[in-house]
Amino acid sequence: MRAPVSWIREYAALPADLSSTDLAARLTALGLKLEALEEAGGDITGPLVIGRVLGFDDEPQKNGKTIRWCQVDVGSANGNGKPQGIVCGASNFEVGDLVVVVLPGGVLPGGFEISARKTYGHVSSGMICSARELGLGDDHDGILVLGPDAGESGDDAFEALHLREDVLEFEINPDRAYALSLRGVARDAALGFDVSFTDPAERSTPAPNDNGYPVVVDAADGCPVFVTRTITGFDASAPTPTWLSRRLQLAGMRPISLAVDVTNYVMLELGQPIHGYDRDRLSGPIRVRRASAGERLRTLDGVDRELSTEDLLITDDTGPIGLAGVMGGETTELSGSTSSVVIEAAYFDPVSVFRTERRHKLPSEASKRFERGVDPRLPEAAADRVVELLVSLGGATVEDGVTKVGEPPAPTRVTMPADLPARLTGMPIDAATAVAHLREVGCEVSLAPAEGAEVLDAVVPSWRPDLTDPFDLVEEVARIVGYDGIPSVLPSAPSGTGLTTTQALRRRVGRTLAGAGFVEVVSFPFVGTAAFDALGLPAGDDRRVSMRIANALSAEQPFMTTTLLPGLLEAAARNGGRGQGDLALFETATVTLPRGGPAAPILPVDRAPTEGEWDDLQKSLPDQPWHLAVVLTGERERSGWWGPGRRATWSDALEAMRAVASALGVELSVRSAGRAPWHPGRCAELSLGDVLVGHAGELHPKVCAAYGLPPRSAAAEVDLDVLLQHATEPVGPRLSSFPVAKTDVALVVPEQVAAADVAASLREGAGELVESVRLFDVYTGEQIGEGRKSLAFSLRLRAPDRTLTEEEVAAARRAAVDLARDRHDAEQRT
Amino acid sequence: MSGPNTDYDPVEVTPLKAEQVEAMREAALTAIAQAGSLDQLKQVRLDHAGDRSPLALANREIRALPPQARKEAGQRVGPARGAVSRALTERQAALEEEHEARILVEEAVDVTLPWDRLPVGARHPVTTLSERIADVFVAMGWEVAEGPVVEAEWLNFDALNLGPDHPARTMQDTFWMDPAENRVVLRTHTSPVQARTMLTRRPPIYVVCPGRVFRTDPYDATHSPVFHQVEGLVVDEGITMAHLKGTLDHFAASMFGDGITTRFRPSYFPFTEPSAEVDLICFVCRGVDSEECRTCRGEGWIEWGGCGVVNPRVLVACGVDPDRYTGFAFGMGIDRTLMFRHGVEDLRDVFEGDVRFTSAFGTEI
Repeated sequence: MRAPVSWIREYAALPADLSSTDLAARLTALGLKLEALEEAGGDITGPLVIGRVLGFDDEPQKNGKTIRWCQVDVGSANGNGKPQGIVCGASNFEVGDLVVVVLPGGVLPGGFEISARKTYGHVSSGMICSARELGLGDDHDGILVLGPDAGESGDDAFEALHLREDVLEFEINPDRAYALSLRGVARDAALGFDVSFTDPAERSTPAPNDNGYPVVVDAADGCPVFVTRTITGFDASAPTPTWLSRRLQLAGMRPISLAVDVTNYVMLELGQPIHGYDRDRLSGPIRVRRASAGERLRTLDGVDRELSTEDLLITDDTGPIGLAGVMGGETTELSGSTSSVVIEAAYFDPVSVFRTERRHKLPSEASKRFERGVDPRLPEAAADRVVELLVSLGGATVEDGVTKVGEPPAPTRVTMPADLPARLTGMPIDAATAVAHLREVGCEVSLAPAEGAEVLDAVVPSWRPDLTDPFDLVEEVARIVGYDGIPSVLPSAPSGTGLTTTQALRRRVGRTLAGAGFVEVVSFPFVGTAAFDALGLPAGDDRRVSMRIANALSAEQPFMTTTLLPGLLEAAARNGGRGQGDLALFETATVTLPRGGPAAPILPVDRAPTEGEWDDLQKSLPDQPWHLAVVLTGERERSGWWGPGRRATWSDALEAMRAVASALGVELSVRSAGRAPWHPGRCAELSLGDVLVGHAGELHPKVCAAYGLPPRSAAAEVDLDVLLQHATEPVGPRLSSFPVAKTDVALVVPEQVAAADVAASLREGAGELVESVRLFDVYTGEQIGEGRKSLAFSLRLRAPDRTLTEEEVAAARRAAVDLARDRHDAEQRT
Repeated sequence: MSGPNTDYDPVEVTPLKAEQVEAMREAALTAIAQAGSLDQLKQVRLDHAGDRSPLALANREIRALPPQARKEAGQRVGPARGAVSRALTERQAALEEEHEARILVEEAVDVTLPWDRLPVGARHPVTTLSERIADVFVAMGWEVAEGPVVEAEWLNFDALNLGPDHPARTMQDTFWMDPAENRVVLRTHTSPVQARTMLTRRPPIYVVCPGRVFRTDPYDATHSPVFHQVEGLVVDEGITMAHLKGTLDHFAASMFGDGITTRFRPSYFPFTEPSAEVDLICFVCRGVDSEECRTCRGEGWIEWGGCGVVNPRVLVACGVDPDRYTGFAFGMGIDRTLMFRHGVEDLRDVFEGDVRFTSAFGTEI
C-alpha cells in the first residue's frame, strides 16, 4: 500500500511540523510496516514553471527531423518577462497550450542539468518537458500539455503538478485489511498522534429505492450486499484532473481514463473496490450467481477462462460479465464512448473471492481487498463518492435510482475481562486505557462490573473483520500503548533433563567424524530417477520407492530422497570440479521412506484429536529415519615432503563406520555383500547382531564415472536411528596388572574365507585369556599356493589374577589354531 | 698377586721420587685438559689412569718399598691419582655436555615445513549454530523437540489456526506430497513440532525446535526452497509478553553479546495474537553511527524473526486449556542468522557442500 502523505493529512489532523520519517516510524510501531519512504519529485530542482506557447516555427533539419523553435511565455519567471525561446523536438501541442518549462539552472531526474545552449541554430533557453522527464509516468510520445485550468504562465509547476510529495509504502499484513485504504492509514495516523480524524466514508447518502438499475442476487452467501448507482451524460473525453491522476500515480496505479481513474481513486480512498459497467452494453438486470458447469468468461485481461461452479459471477441476460470481486469482463467494459455508467459497490464474501482468485491465479487490486475483508457498511458511501466525482469532473448527471440488495452482517461483539490486556502483555494497562484505545480504533465499548475483573464489551467496527477474539482486542490495545513498553522478564522453566540421549548421540557422531577428518555437508533432499540410475539401483530396489512431490520445483528432481548418497556424491563432484579432489564428506539427515499409509485426516480444530485420530494422522506419514553417509575420494592422507600419501580405499569407508560405532559403544559385524552403488566384490554389509545397519565399500566404477569422481572412491550409508538405539554406555574395564603374553599366528586359508571370521574363531578358541586378536598381515603368493592366502594375527593373552605360564599360553594358542583349522580349513604356516 | 714383598729395594725407586710423581700428575692433567672429544678422553683415561699408566705402575711400586718409605711414597702417589681421577670425571662431564649440545644443534630441522598430511574435518555451520542455539535454551531448563519434515497438512496448517482459506496459506507456498488429496506436505515451518509437543506433553512446556523446513521459493543468493528454522514454545500459567521479551533478550545477548537486546513491532501470524516482529540491535555497530555498517545496512537494527502470544485457538486444537494456560512462541531463520552473524553473503554456499565453506567454521561456532 502506497500512501501519499498529503492524502493522509487530508483526514488526520497531524501537526504541520511532523516529518514524514516520524510519521512512518509511528505507523510502523502501530503495525503498518514501512517498506520505503519515497520523496517523489525530490530529484527535480527548479526553476520549473508553467509556460504558454505563444508561437512556433517548424524547422526541418538535414538529419530528417523537424524541430520547433518556440516562443513561450513564462511570465516573470525568467526575470525579464520576455518570451523564452526554446527548441523542442515534439509537435503534439498548439499555440496557446500550457506546457511545463524547466528554465536554465534547473535539474531534472537523473541529475540532468539544464542550461541555455546553442542547438539547431538557436539558443535554446530551457526545455519543454514530457511527463516521463518529470517522473510523472512513462509517457514520452510528446511533451506534457496541461489542461487550460492548470494555471497561469510563470506559475510554479511543482505545485500545479503536485510534483513533490512524500509517499509511504507499507507492507500490510493480512489482518489489517482496513489499511489498504487512505481512510484506514489515516485513522491509525490520527490515533497514533492523538489528533482528530475525519472519516471520508461518513457522508449522507440517498436512501435505497426501487428506481435503480435492477439487480438480483441469487447467491446471497457470496454477495451479502450489492449497491448500484447510475450516472448519465458522462463526458468520456473529459480529462482526469492533475491532482487526481497524480495521486493515483503516487499510489502506484496508472491513470487510464476519468471514469476508471475515479473508481480506482475511491478504492484507494475508502478501500471499497468499485466496478463500472457501460449501461448501454448491459442487457437486462444484473444477476449475481454461481457459475454453471462449463461456463466461460473473457476477463478484462483478454483471457478466456473456464469457470468453476464455485465461482461467483456477475451476469446479465447475455451471460457472465464479470468474476465478482476479482475482475470484470470485456463486453461491458467502460470505453471512450461510454456515457452512462452503472456503478457497482458490493460486499463479497472473502472466502469466495479468495478461492476464485486462487483458482484463476488472478490477483487484482479488488480481490486483494475483498479476500481480506472490505467494510460491509461501505458500499453506499463509496458508490455515492464515485457519483460525486463523476458528476463534478465528468459533467455527468446522477439518476435518482439507488439499488441496494442485502444488508451488511450484524456487527461482531467481543467481551473480555478488562484486565486481559495487562495479564497478556505484562504491561500495567488499566481498564480505562483499554477502553480508550479500543474506542480510538472504532469500537463501541462498555464496561460492566463483574466478580473479579470488570468485563469489557466491545462492538467491533464494520471495517475491522479481523477483530473476533479477546486476544485480538488485546493486540489493538497493546500496539497503541506501544510494544516498547513491554518489560523484559525471563521466565523460570522447571528443571529440564537436557538433551535426549538420541540428540546427544547424534552430536557425538558428527564430532567423531569431524575428528576423523570428515567435512559435513547439508544437501537438498530432492532426487530424481536419474540419480537412482546413476547409482545403478536395480529395478526392484527398495530405494527406488520414493514419495513424489506434487509441485516440485524441478521436474528432474520430483522425489524425496530415500538415500543420502546422491546428495553427497553430487557435493563430491562439485568439489572436484572446483579443484578439491581429496575429500572425506559426511551427512546426517532424515530420508523419506513411503509406507503407503492412508490419506492424512483433516481434523476438527475446536478440540484435540482423539487417540484414534492421532494414530491415523501418524500412519499417514512416511517413515523418516535419520541416516548417516560418507563418501571419500582421492587421497585420505596427503602426499608431501614426508613422502607419498595414501589414497582412500573401501576400507576407509568401513573405518569411518567403525569409528562411529565405537563412539556409540557398539560393535559392527561385517559381511561381504553385493549392493548398488558399491563394487560387487568390495561391498560390506554392516550389522548389529541380526539387525542390518547399512553398507560400506568401494563405489562401483560405473558410479564413479557417472558422477565424475576419481576411480575407487568409497562410500558408506547406515541407518543412524538403528545405531543410536543400540548405543551403550561405556563400562569401566578391569585392568589386569599382570604381564601380557604375546604370540603370533600365521594361518593359511582358502582365499574366500573372511578374515573377520578367522579372527572370531581365534578369539573364541583361545577363550577368556584373550585380550585382543589383531590381523597384522595378509599375504598371497607362490609360497602359499593357488587359491589360498596367509593371514597373520597377533594375539595378546592376559589373566586378571596371575602371570600366565608358558604352558597356558601354548594351550590357548593351540586351541585357537585348532578351532580355526576346523572351521576354515586353516593350516598353520611355519 | 704374589705373597708379601720381602725383596726390599734398598734404595728408593726412581718413579717414586717426588719430582717424578709430580711430572706424571702434570702429564696426566695436561692430557686430560687437552682431550677434545670423548674418544680422546677415553684414550687419555687408559694412558694416565689405566692399569698400565705411570701412576698405576708407581702405585704398585710402593709395595716394593721398605715399610718406612711406603708412607711417604703413598702420600705422594695417592693424591696425584686422586687429582687425575677427579680431572677425568670433570672432563668427562664437560665433554658429554659439549657433545650433546652439538648433536642437538646438528639435529635441527626446518620447523616451518608444512604438515598437512592428515585431513582436518569440520561440521556444517547450520548444525553447529543449531546446537549452540539449543544449548542457550537447554541451559535455561528447556528441552529440544523434534518432528518429521514430511508432515500432515492438519498439523502444519489447521492446528495452527491456518484454516483452508486462510490468506496466510498463500504467504508460504507449500510443497504438497503427491497425491495432494493425501493431505501431506513438506512442513513450511517448524511450528507443527510445537503442535506435536502440546499434543504429547502436559504443561508446563518449555521447548525449542530447530529443524529443516521447505517453501517453494526460488533458489538464489537469499532464498532457498530448503532452509532451517528454530522456534521456541512456552505454555505455562501466567505467561505474558514480558516473558517473551525477556526470553528473546536473553537469547540475543547469549548469541550476540552482552547488551544486545530486541525490539518488538506489531505484526501478524495466524498462530499468535498479539504478534510481533523481532528486531535485534545490530551487534556490530550497536545502533551507533550505523550509516556505514554493512551488517545492518545502516538500519541499526536487524530483522530477526517473529513471535507472539500463542493464539488460544491453537491451544484448543492442541488440547491445552486456554483458560488455565497462556503461552508464547517465536521463530527465526537459522541460515539467515548464520548469514548475518558470520558475514555469509550467498545462501547457496550453505547448501552446495563446498568444503572450503564448511571448513571455515571448524567444529564449533
